[in-house]
Amino acid sequence: MQSGESYVLNQFQQGDASAFETLFHQHQRAVYLWILRITRNPAAAEDLTIETFWRIYHAHARFEPARGFEGWARRIATRAALDWLRARRTENNLSTEMLAEVAAPVETDPAVTAETRLKTAMAFARLPPKLRIAATLAVIEELPQKDVAAALGISVTAVKLRVFRALRLLRKDLEKQGITP
Amino acid sequence: MNEDDQDRMKKLLQQALPPVEGDSEARGDLWPAVLRRLDAQPATPASAVWAWFDGALAAGLVALIAFSPASIPVILYYL
Repeated sequence: MQSGESYVLNQFQQGDASAFETLFHQHQRAVYLWILRITRNPAAAEDLTIETFWRIYHAHARFEPARGFEGWARRIATRAALDWLRARRTENNLSTEMLAEVAAPVETDPAVTAETRLKTAMAFARLPPKLRIAATLAVIEELPQKDVAAALGISVTAVKLRVFRALRLLRKDLEKQGITP
Repeated sequence: MNEDDQDRMKKLLQQALPPVEGDSEARGDLWPAVLRRLDAQPATPASAVWAWFDGALAAGLVALIAFSPASIPVILYYL
C-alpha cells in the first residue's frame, strides 16, 4: 500500500491533473520564494512560478517519484529564473528593486556608504547570470552549497568556483569605478 | 584573490544586497493563472526547440573550434 504522498507523486508522474494541483498547493510558496531569492523581483517571481509549474506539468513523464518533488521543482525553477536573467537587461530599475523591495532588514556597516552599496549592487547585476545565481544563493542567501549545487545541476566544487569567479569579477568592476573593497 | 579578499567581498555584497525575507509570499493564489497558462499554451515538443536552437549553437561552436583551436580554453572556461 502506498503512502498518501507517494501515491500523489506516482499519480502526477502519470499525468493526473488533481495530483498536479495537490503538488502545486504544497510547493507553490517554496518555489515562489526560491525564485524570488534569485530574481529579487516579486512580479517576476510570480510570473516565473507560473512558468515553472507549466514546465513541471509538461515534464511529468520525466519525473522520478523516488527522487522527490521538491528538488526537481527547484531545478526547473532555477532554469526558469536563469532564462529570465539572461533575457533581461540587467540594470533596468535595478536600484529600487534590488535594494529595497524584498530585502530583509540588515544592520548596515557605517563604513560602507549608500553609494558604494548601490554601485556594488549594480556591478553585481552586470555579472554573467550563471555566476550571479551561484553567488546570490551561496553568498547573499547563505544557503548550503550542496543545495545550490543540486539546484544548478553542478558539483559543490563548481559552485565554489562560480562564487570565486563572481567575487573576482565584482571586485574588478568596483576597482574600475575607484572603489577598493 | 586570497581568502581575506573573498571575505571582504562577501561582506560588501551582503551589505549591498541583503537576503530576501524568508516569509515572502506571492500576492495571491497563483493556481488560476497556472490553469490559464496551461489552457493557452500547450507544450512545445522539446525536439522542435532543439532542432533550430541547439543545432545552430553546436554548429557555431564546431566552426569556432575548427577555425580557432585557441578558443577551446575560453569556451571551457565559460561552460
